[in-house]
Amino acid sequence: MKPSRVPFVTLIVVLVFFYLPIGFLVMNSFNTSRYASKWGGFSTRWYDRLFERTDILAALGNSVKIATAASTLSMILGTAAAFALHRYKSRLQVAHRLLVTVPLVLPDILMGMSLLLLFVSVGMSLSLVTITVAHVTFCLSYVALVVQARLQDFDFNVVEAAHDLGATKMQAFIKVTLPLLAPGILAGGLLAFTLSIDDYVITYFVKGPGSDTLPTLVYSMIKKSKDLPVINALSSLMLIVTFAVVAVSQRLTRPVA
Amino acid sequence: MRLPTKPELTTTLPSLLWLVLFVLVPLVTIFAIAFRPALPQGGIGEGWSLDAIKALGDPSYPALFLRTILISATTTLICIAASLPVAYAMARLSPQWRSRVLLLVIVPFWTNFVIRVFAWQQILHAQGYLAELLRSLHIVGENDRLLGNAGAVILVSVYTYLPFAILPLFAAAEKFDFGLLDAARDLGAKSLRAFFSVFIPGIRQGVITALLVVFIPMLGSYVVPDMVGGPRTQMIGNKIAQRNFTDRNLPEAAALSGALVLLVLAPMFLRRKEKLATAK
Repeated sequence: MKPSRVPFVTLIVVLVFFYLPIGFLVMNSFNTSRYASKWGGFSTRWYDRLFERTDILAALGNSVKIATAASTLSMILGTAAAFALHRYKSRLQVAHRLLVTVPLVLPDILMGMSLLLLFVSVGMSLSLVTITVAHVTFCLSYVALVVQARLQDFDFNVVEAAHDLGATKMQAFIKVTLPLLAPGILAGGLLAFTLSIDDYVITYFVKGPGSDTLPTLVYSMIKKSKDLPVINALSSLMLIVTFAVVAVSQRLTRPVA
Repeated sequence: MRLPTKPELTTTLPSLLWLVLFVLVPLVTIFAIAFRPALPQGGIGEGWSLDAIKALGDPSYPALFLRTILISATTTLICIAASLPVAYAMARLSPQWRSRVLLLVIVPFWTNFVIRVFAWQQILHAQGYLAELLRSLHIVGENDRLLGNAGAVILVSVYTYLPFAILPLFAAAEKFDFGLLDAARDLGAKSLRAFFSVFIPGIRQGVITALLVVFIPMLGSYVVPDMVGGPRTQMIGNKIAQRNFTDRNLPEAAALSGALVLLVLAPMFLRRKEKLATAK
């Protein structure tokens, strides 16, 4: 009896479903008509308009600053966390693991709301700093997850060998462990960077007035129905960046043959 | 009890302290603020008050909670139903194609979430091609709108959460021994029967993970109902945002968030019980 073809057809339908809206967006960014619903001819005027908008550039700057700080800090904290969770099996690690898991499962709105309430109750004013703190908190868990997966295949005998050859603990860590784990840590950092750049909900709750990131600015433009075609142009450019980042991270995480 | 060693502490404490400070303390704060009075100008008052808790008795809330659970459950079921055959098909591909298709599934989920929802807002627009096509086929009436209803919220939610369901199911299907399906067929089971009574039980853990990773974040949904839904599709997340940003009533927003925390914890608690049961 022949296996059914239904699963493969479903797979193709799902892939088309995934890419159709993205294709629609890119197509519309070249649509000269102001109204996304009708094709009015090819033009790049929305791209020109995009580069005139200084507020978009400023928001992009904020996003990049926050993502850089958040991914760097979460790379350090997350890698340390992954080491501890991998190495030790104490009751402390049970609590540690639970806390690392919470940001992965907690709905964004609860994370944003709870951090907002914390900042308000301790009287911390909302700014780029509060956004960064929030981003580090959820990025940390993702980095820990990625690095932990790497540690599963890590051969600790290599570190033992370095010790036997006379390396101190610090030397062995810097010269052996870190370089071998670097691809995993960087992949975690890259994931953290994209998650930070992408985040809307948590940022919206903990941002102060005037500290817009790209997603919060785009959201308010959509809500006010202002310059919608410019958002299409912006989205298309962001897609290109995303594809580039995916390509780079594929290189990093590819198993070394 | 043995005390942790120094290297354990140096690797554990940085992340542990950070998470205690910015995850555990904030979650406890939600419940504390729910018992504070609200200031009329939008701050948190001194002393304690049950006003915010009493406000949870709002007559519109049972419908709000029910709607949130129904929209979340429907989205989850559609995601699982679509992901099962997809995971099956992916696991049967050659290793080379498998990683290519896996990448194709992941990439859209790396693009900006707000922008993906915005794309759907344009597609479902009343003057869009889709609305026109459906009108000309008389599938929708002249005055029906594609946006602003539960259908739009579910469709766009499925779009955003489908990769989350596919990944754990695929991970489980990859480890599944497809020889079992051949055996089932040799013993006379039809394809569909084999799929439901051999394949699905075989990837049971993947199904449970997929259920949770879609259902739990859906309960806290906010952007999708805000952008493609309407007043009749409001979910708990929208109410929290409204209490917080429009009404400037932080204690009421906190009380509602506390209720959502409990709602989210319920399925996780069930999962734990389930794990204990299978461990025996």
